Amino acid sequence: MAETTAPEPTRRDFLYIATGGVAAVGAGLAAWPFIDQMNPSSAVLALASIEADISSVQVGQQVVFNWRGHPLFVRRRTPQEIATARAVPVSELIDPIARNANLPDNAPATDADRAAKDPQWLIVVGVCTHLGCTPTVSTPQVPQGEFGGWLCHCHGSQYDVAGRVRKGPAPQNLAVPVYTFLSPTKIKVG
Amino acid sequence: MSGPSTYVPQSGLSRWLDTRLPILRFAHDTIITYPTPKNLNFWYAFGAILTFMLGIQIVTGIVLAMHYVANADMAFNSVEGIMRNINYGWLLRYMHSNGATFFFIAVYIHMFRGLYYGSYKAPREIIWILGVILYLLMVATAFFGYVLPWGQMSFWGATVITNFFSALDQITPHWGSAIATWLWGGFAVGDATLNRFFSLHYLLPFVIAGVVGLHIWALHVPGNNNPLGIDVKGPQDMLPFHPYYTVKDSFYVALFALVYLAFVFYAPNFFGNPDNYTPANPVVTPPDIVPEWYLLPYYAMLRSVPQKLIGVLVMAGSLLTLVFVPWLDTSKVRSTRFRPMMKQFFWLFVIDCVILGYCGSQSADASLEMMQGMQLPLVWVARVATLYYFGFFWVIMPLLGIIERPRPIPASISQPVLSPAE
Repeated sequence: MAETTAPEPTRRDFLYIATGGVAAVGAGLAAWPFIDQMNPSSAVLALASIEADISSVQVGQQVVFNWRGHPLFVRRRTPQEIATARAVPVSELIDPIARNANLPDNAPATDADRAAKDPQWLIVVGVCTHLGCTPTVSTPQVPQGEFGGWLCHCHGSQYDVAGRVRKGPAPQNLAVPVYTFLSPTKIKVG
Repeated sequence: MSGPSTYVPQSGLSRWLDTRLPILRFAHDTIITYPTPKNLNFWYAFGAILTFMLGIQIVTGIVLAMHYVANADMAFNSVEGIMRNINYGWLLRYMHSNGATFFFIAVYIHMFRGLYYGSYKAPREIIWILGVILYLLMVATAFFGYVLPWGQMSFWGATVITNFFSALDQITPHWGSAIATWLWGGFAVGDATLNRFFSLHYLLPFVIAGVVGLHIWALHVPGNNNPLGIDVKGPQDMLPFHPYYTVKDSFYVALFALVYLAFVFYAPNFFGNPDNYTPANPVVTPPDIVPEWYLLPYYAMLRSVPQKLIGVLVMAGSLLTLVFVPWLDTSKVRSTRFRPMMKQFFWLFVIDCVILGYCGSQSADASLEMMQGMQLPLVWVARVATLYYFGFFWVIMPLLGIIERPRPIPASISQPVLSPAE
């Protein structure tokens, strides 16, 4: 045993540490309401889902809904677009994960995992995964970028017709939100 | 240089006050007798100019807040109401918005002046670091303020900047997005965000005023640096702050105000973006998102990196680098006047910042037309410029102190002033 010159802890040392500990925990507890007040309130969270009528969306068209303050892209894809999207091997993708909230976290980003059960429908959140701008839709008449999907003008990210990122700086595919088809022409998102 | 106080109370009342709250003594020692090197030039007026601009911003800001409504549905119209209905509202708002621009013009000159004359070197490191903190507070305040009119640029600028935090998702999944949601108070930039930004925009200028107090306190301990970068040797090198520098500073403040007010009255939207006169629309991003001019160099650095997390880190790093400048510069000589190599690298650095600013102002895929129809993509220009920005601080500054041979330094401030011929 090494010689120790430190005096035995006294009752006062114990009180110092106990008081300091209580003060630290108390300060933390008191700080939390001041931090948490900035999080979305339950009133905001309660408004988190919408129902949208998609009967008017024509083939080859995209309609934008407002969901949770974000644009929601509902795109009715042409057979040709579906074929293009299905032909892309997952190994070619920047982000090989589906990012589909309806599927397990590790689902691969195949077109089937991205689109709805009826593959003509693609429902994605229109928020570029880089810094949150709204990408511009690409149509055969007015192409945007090289992949036929979307181009984000802010920093040049490009997405394909399955909403998968194909050119950076965006790191992830456009998010697919939780949704269900209430009827063939009506969806509930969120 | 705060030696023993020379204040002598002149009246019974000031004698009475001096033994209870020596506030007049403090003011006397700080503003009147504060010994100042006698060779300070024009570039040293920007401290006073900045104080003046902070005052302008606080006063115009307080009255604007009497008419502004921080609500996503009403903010845009309330600003238009200030412009059209409130008596002199147009003047107050244009003074405030152009005031931000001229505040930044002054702070950039002030910072470059500090770099040029080595004002960050011992014993003035703390002054410099407090200055960096002030600059960061200014950037935050300006960002919050730019969101308030709730135009398209306000909204999308806020969206892009708050999304910087989502880059942290690439370090720990979900944490970055959680921070972004916490900042927004919702799923996106919205009413809750606008309200808290207004609250912070009102708070931070007073924090700035407090840190300015520390900045000046820290300045008054070693005293001002000067264009020669040498220590004062005695009273023959110095002048009392009043009347010499109060008058000199006032003259340049007036000159600066003349330019500032010329913009307020004759080109009030020169520095603004017309897109911000379109009300915020959460589902349509304007084709070109451009930050305010004073943030363009950082924006160019962000965009020069094709990877999200690294881009954000490079941008944050470019600001953080400034904190280390006092220790990155290894040269014993303060003033660049006596550093022939540093002089060239310094001006190259100034040009580099301007180039970065230009790159940031152009769209993401722009290129320069070169000779024989060759295209030079601007993103590559920005990459080289970003490299020089970091290289200047982290490589050139430490190396120059070792390899550079400085020119001979005058023995005292009085010597070159009294016998300038070499």
